[in-house]
Amino acid sequence: MPIKPVLKTQIDHVSILDEHGNFDAKLGKGLIPDDDAVKLYEHMVVCRQLDEVAFKLQRSGRMGTYPQNMGQEATSTGAAYALNKDDWIVTAYRENPGLFWRGLPMEYILWHWMGDERGNQIPEGLYVTPISIPIGTQMLHATGLAWAAKYRKEDRIACTFFGDGATSEGDFHEAANFAANLNLPVIFFCQNNGWAISVPSCIQCSAPTIAQRGIAYGMDCVQCDGNDIFAVVKVMKDAIKRAREDKRPSFIEALTYRLGDHTTADDARRYRDAEELDQWKLRDPITRLGEYLKKKKLWNSGKEEALQARAKAEVAEVVKRAEGIAPPAKSEMFDSMYATIDDPQLRIQRETMRTSSLGQDQSQAGEDIEASGRERT
Amino acid sequence: MANLTLVQAINLALIQEMEADDRVILLGEDIGKNGGVFRVTEGLWQRFGPERVVDTPLAESGIIGTAIGLAMAGLRPVPEIQFEGFLGPAYDQICTHAARMRTRTRGAFSVPMTIRVPVGGGIHAPELHSDSPEAIYAHTPGLKVVMPSSPYDAKGLLISAIRDPDPVIFFEPKRIYRAFREEVPEDEYTIPIGQARVVTEGDDITMISWGAPVIQCMQAIEKASASGGAGKSIELIDLRTIKPLDIATIITSVKKTGRVIVVHEAPKTAGFGAEIATEIMEHCFLYLEAPPQRVTGFDTIMPYYKLELDYLPEEPRISEAIEQLAAF
Ligand SMILES: Cc1ncc(C[n+]2csc(CCOP(=O)(O)OP(=O)(O)O)c2C)c(N)n1
Ligand SMILES: [Mg+2]
Repeated sequence: MPIKPVLKTQIDHVSILDEHGNFDAKLGKGLIPDDDAVKLYEHMVVCRQLDEVAFKLQRSGRMGTYPQNMGQEATSTGAAYALNKDDWIVTAYRENPGLFWRGLPMEYILWHWMGDERGNQIPEGLYVTPISIPIGTQMLHATGLAWAAKYRKEDRIACTFFGDGATSEGDFHEAANFAANLNLPVIFFCQNNGWAISVPSCIQCSAPTIAQRGIAYGMDCVQCDGNDIFAVVKVMKDAIKRAREDKRPSFIEALTYRLGDHTTADDARRYRDAEELDQWKLRDPITRLGEYLKKKKLWNSGKEEALQARAKAEVAEVVKRAEGIAPPAKSEMFDSMYATIDDPQLRIQRETMRTSSLGQDQSQAGEDIEASGRERT
Repeated sequence: MANLTLVQAINLALIQEMEADDRVILLGEDIGKNGGVFRVTEGLWQRFGPERVVDTPLAESGIIGTAIGLAMAGLRPVPEIQFEGFLGPAYDQICTHAARMRTRTRGAFSVPMTIRVPVGGGIHAPELHSDSPEAIYAHTPGLKVVMPSSPYDAKGLLISAIRDPDPVIFFEPKRIYRAFREEVPEDEYTIPIGQARVVTEGDDITMISWGAPVIQCMQAIEKASASGGAGKSIELIDLRTIKPLDIATIITSVKKTGRVIVVHEAPKTAGFGAEIATEIMEHCFLYLEAPPQRVTGFDTIMPYYKLELDYLPEEPRISEAIEQLAAF
């Protein structure tokens, strides 16, 4: 018997607006109307401002560890723009711009990093999940959310974000396999920023692309320039169509770069070349879109000045709201533990704020406590 | 002798064991060029090379599972899990393989590995960077569980752990990674696994703790003695090893004092304090003059940092328990 190939495949790389300002008119035609392009630009500028202020809050002791999103604004912004309002966005922690585009008030993210769970108390009606810290775990939840939508015959799909490092975790592979096997409308959006803290992405994946990991599970895969919001919107629209119409998952690898340290607790100079950083600064997604707008006479220095002023003012207000929240009551750590706090041990701890039995009285355990919060039905 | 922090003492122990035994290799996330996120492995990649200090893919199950294979082949791997909150993906390999390998093969295979894990709260860290899961692993037969509270103990215990023929989880309390320095001998020495340390002697109350809260216990003891504490001469025992438990040291002390407080960061219910209290009841019942007290974390998820000091067993809560126990 002759040996014959059973699989031949390729991964496409999509780029529409490159770092030199070249625009692929054919691919980019009608993708983002001018008005929207301006809005997306303004949004990313405000997000960048928040990111810089958040960094300073940490440095001046007003906030805990914070992972900067700087340099990766186009990925989640572009994706959120392409999705419907009631599609799920399931993120890690470097997708603030996408969450804000969807409508999460910015102070929620600051609350989270200020050590306050109220930052995760997603307002009603927003189809986003809270920041996820354990790497690679949230893709399974996105898969389940998409499964529920399909089960209920809703039009809703799910898009989950994660880093290059996250694709090394077993949970990622299980999520991809479930999604493909169950024919679920979920989009796996990998932000390949080249690094997982100090570990370069070549250690996570020895193949030429991360995108091809999706092939192993039988889903459509594509790579795009993640600092090119047009490319992001294009690959998202393709994936969204597959999800909505065919109930098929997709894998997107967006090439981008973390312009800051991993978090404020990190010092990237220990492991990353300055030249690499300089190169990527030239590919900044915000500058790139700004130049495009200027070329099309949609933007000018006067508008830029006004926008910068607005960004500063808006973010200052966000910080005020973030810092203005009353400190959480000590009892808060107990109050949402269960829908009904029917554990007398827990209630007596809550009542006395102690665990030692002397000085506690069983009567202090009180009655069942109905927790606040809402149930989805 | 050098005056070292806990981080430096561990770093020194790793260097010395790696120099002495080329079967010792390190693997984990960011432990190489970056020297670990807490700099515990600082300089080791440069010194021993990438074959012995290995930056792995981001996969805890992968780290522990491959370390098990390395150990089964006779090496002495020292995997690092970056934070205790990320033991989750590794739990399967630790509990369903590492812990069971020796007995299920009736000794044909063993897993001599030491899993290093930063542990505990108090440093204003993000979610899942502040937990205390030691009881989970103490409850798993086949594992040894160690948690030092000082640089000197850390070095001696880590060397023992690396040389131990069975799997050891070596928890490093991050709150005291750099909180103070201590004289640590340059020469190699070991501290046996399974031996507690009497930190301060006393006659009225036995206080038992491990890891970072040992420091809060010492603060409470100082306060009690400063306030002219009649009935408050406190004996503080630092377990150092949680499993196997040094029950003899505890019994000797409790028979003398008749009063006990156990202090740990982990939640109260089914925490390791429950095990200690039961052992005390079983062995010292007729010597007890008061019910054993537990000053611990609450039965809640470890809160984010705005509330973490309200959750942790800080000095005021320990002092309150001392007052009540002394008055009982
Ligand atoms: C399960 C788990 N292991 C380890 C960590 C510690 N950690 C936090 S971020 C990170 C790197 C993540 O890299 P990547 O997935 O590429 O995302 P990026 O930070 O680059 O956006 C690591 C190892 C974690 N949060 N969760
Ligand atoms: Mg990354």
